[in-house]
Amino acid sequence: MFRYNLWLAAISLKRNPVLTALMIAAIGLGIGMAMTSYTVLSTMSGNPLAYKNDLVRRVQLDNWGAEQPYNEPNEPPELMSYRDVTNLLEKSDVQYRAASYPNFLPIEPAQRELQPYMLNVLFATGDFFPVFEPPFRFGNGWGKAEDANATRVVVLGHETNEKVFGGANSVGKKVRLGGEDYTVVGVLHEWDPKPKPYHVSNGAFGGVEHVFVPFKIGIEKELTSSSNNSCWESPADDDDSSGYAAWLASDCVWLDFTVQVKNADQVAEYRRFLDNYVTEEKKAGRFPRKLNNRLYSISEWFEAQNVVSRDARTQVWLAFAFLLVCLINTVGLLLAKFMGKSPEIGLRRAVGASKPQVFAQFLTESAVVGVAGGMLGLGLSLLGLLALRTLYAGTSNERLANMDWSLVAVTMAVALVASLLAGLYPTWRACQVQPATQLKTQ
Amino acid sequence: MEIRPIASALMRNKSAMVLIALQVAITLAIVCNSVFIILQRIEKVNRPSGLDDSSIFSIASSGFAANFDLDGTIRSDLDAIRAMPGIVDATPINSVPLSNGGWSEGLSDKPEGTTLKDRKQEQTSIYMVDEHAVKAMGVELVAGRNFNASDVTVRTQDDLGKVESIIITQELADKLFPEGAVGKSLYAGGIVDDKRPVTVVGVIRRLQAPWVGWDKVEHATLVPAILQGEGGSRYLIRAEPGQRDKLMPLVEKKLTEINTGRIVRDVESLQQTRADSYRQDRAMSVILGTVIVALLIVTGLGIVGMASFWVTRRTKQIGTRRALGARRFDIRRYFMLENAIVIGIGLVLGALLTYGFNLWLMQHYELPRLAWYYLPIGAVTMLLLGQLAVSGPASRASRVSPAVATRSV
Repeated sequence: MFRYNLWLAAISLKRNPVLTALMIAAIGLGIGMAMTSYTVLSTMSGNPLAYKNDLVRRVQLDNWGAEQPYNEPNEPPELMSYRDVTNLLEKSDVQYRAASYPNFLPIEPAQRELQPYMLNVLFATGDFFPVFEPPFRFGNGWGKAEDANATRVVVLGHETNEKVFGGANSVGKKVRLGGEDYTVVGVLHEWDPKPKPYHVSNGAFGGVEHVFVPFKIGIEKELTSSSNNSCWESPADDDDSSGYAAWLASDCVWLDFTVQVKNADQVAEYRRFLDNYVTEEKKAGRFPRKLNNRLYSISEWFEAQNVVSRDARTQVWLAFAFLLVCLINTVGLLLAKFMGKSPEIGLRRAVGASKPQVFAQFLTESAVVGVAGGMLGLGLSLLGLLALRTLYAGTSNERLANMDWSLVAVTMAVALVASLLAGLYPTWRACQVQPATQLKTQ
Repeated sequence: MEIRPIASALMRNKSAMVLIALQVAITLAIVCNSVFIILQRIEKVNRPSGLDDSSIFSIASSGFAANFDLDGTIRSDLDAIRAMPGIVDATPINSVPLSNGGWSEGLSDKPEGTTLKDRKQEQTSIYMVDEHAVKAMGVELVAGRNFNASDVTVRTQDDLGKVESIIITQELADKLFPEGAVGKSLYAGGIVDDKRPVTVVGVIRRLQAPWVGWDKVEHATLVPAILQGEGGSRYLIRAEPGQRDKLMPLVEKKLTEINTGRIVRDVESLQQTRADSYRQDRAMSVILGTVIVALLIVTGLGIVGMASFWVTRRTKQIGTRRALGARRFDIRRYFMLENAIVIGIGLVLGALLTYGFNLWLMQHYELPRLAWYYLPIGAVTMLLLGQLAVSGPASRASRVSPAVATRSV
């Protein structure tokens, strides 16, 4: 029966090629537009650590000044002060504690033909690797000893290893960074988590750093963050130290801090620990604001940081409104078409076709239009994404416009459901045709 | 007029009418609001930076050699660049205007510790420059004086130097000191190393902050300090008109020669920096423009399709009317008028949707209220689109021969 219906649909669609093309084009355009914008949005609203969202927590302490919150309404800083991070690294016994901040170091490759160039460096504690789980190609991260001694070790990103070592296993080899020799302990596969789960203040989609070195090295080199450093009072204000020492002792925020617990119960425990910590610090005259700590999961943190841009949301709303117009359009055209076939319906009904059979016949025709429109829409969304990559070239959004297989499936499903919905009313109307009236006019 | 027969014909085909009207309504709402957003973005992208955009470029360098002498290198760099033919002037700078990366501080008319209610405070972007900045940026000094060489200090991580004067933008000056800013004292947090105030010595008409999306993008402050942080330096260089592209590689080469123990990087024209920073806004405009065009095409074709269908269905009726004496023009007018009525109904609903959508955008996206003239312009556009779309089927209808009436279908 289905094959017979398909055959009928094909005949009917061929009889009216312009109308058919118009319907397929409308669904295709609508689907193409909607899926292009949805692809960008779904990448933006992804969470690379979704599989352990209940175990990983972003730590935020409100060490801001009494007069004004860091952000309205009463939002604590998104980054942490060095003082608090070192205290929390030492005092808590939670499973993993990842502190990090980005900056640059020059690299002097051993090969003569390569000029020295600047690398994006992430200064991170060894726990960064088990928390964010970058995939290692060779070797491993580093441990507590390297953290404590600021040992000159480095984990190379894929690109840097390709460039400097031609993609070979470089573990154990030396690299010259910022005028010092570092031993390579690990090499990553290509790694591009979107959004970046450990740092969003300077754009969550800019890609990860080129290399990773122990946190303490950055402190020894007296480096601040290259991304975002914020203070509510000048660092040198309330003690005798100056320069970098004052910076470290200040309540300026500039560090990312994320922890991972062994099981979900420990989250509450860690929250109590943080509250106690702040209460203790308050006694020493710090933390003038009311207790306002946050312990967001990564997805909550993305939400709070507005990782998904307003433009992307607006685009999705508009694109789906456009799809709606396309569907209303298709409903109209299908209705016109099916009504035009009233005599044929009357005849079929008169020679014994039941209402459900007529229903199936016309719904099949709508579905055929839907599948064709979906395929056109898929092609158009690939084109659309290509266009987006050109439009956004050079910005981090460029990296969002990629489709994967799950989105292809979603596209086809949306197209099919949409066209079936569009076909429902016209089909129902077609079933209402009275055979007698139709036969009379013939 | 023929309103009555049209109305009764429409009432018999309510669903077709409702479908077209709905399309028109949604289209109107999307087109009005999208055009509104696009025009706002275009205005944002085109606002002046205050600098001589087309002649300026920036360049940075980072030392890596063990004995790298940052202070000496900056001095020789600047001397060499300023001596090059075709260069108007150059200044060291901590961050490039419009580059989306920079430094901000709060400027306040009373010291820290005064409660917020008792003082005026404004957040500003900070450009650390020397006395050549006004000329190198091409900004216009409207009050007071420029920095002189003795104002300029050196700022390192351990020694913040001795900053005593600043130059601020007109907008910042108006907010802090409506009665005139030159000669007034301001407290500037991290700019000075103690609680001492600095003096406003000059006001410039306009200079934008590094962050183009910032709501205080017109708040900028020039601080006479050469920043020597983390082994790096950055310069903003202004060339004679038309000389920029020729000079960019020459300056890069020159800097590499002056000191080989460093990486010279980020040579970029200010126009490029500007284009990169506004790329998201441009992209948004193009995307919305595409949606508008596609929407108008789909709605237009939809009207063509529906109208053709109704013409076909009513062929016999049209023939009968022609046989009874209706002129071609009457038939044509009938369909045009019918279309105008349906679209008119859609526009009434569309007006509500447009304002509803605008309200929603205002709430969630901090967009201002839609100006009143968008709706009438949008409505006329939709009416014209409808008339254009229906004109083909209508003229086909007008060509139906009266003889059709005598045949059976």
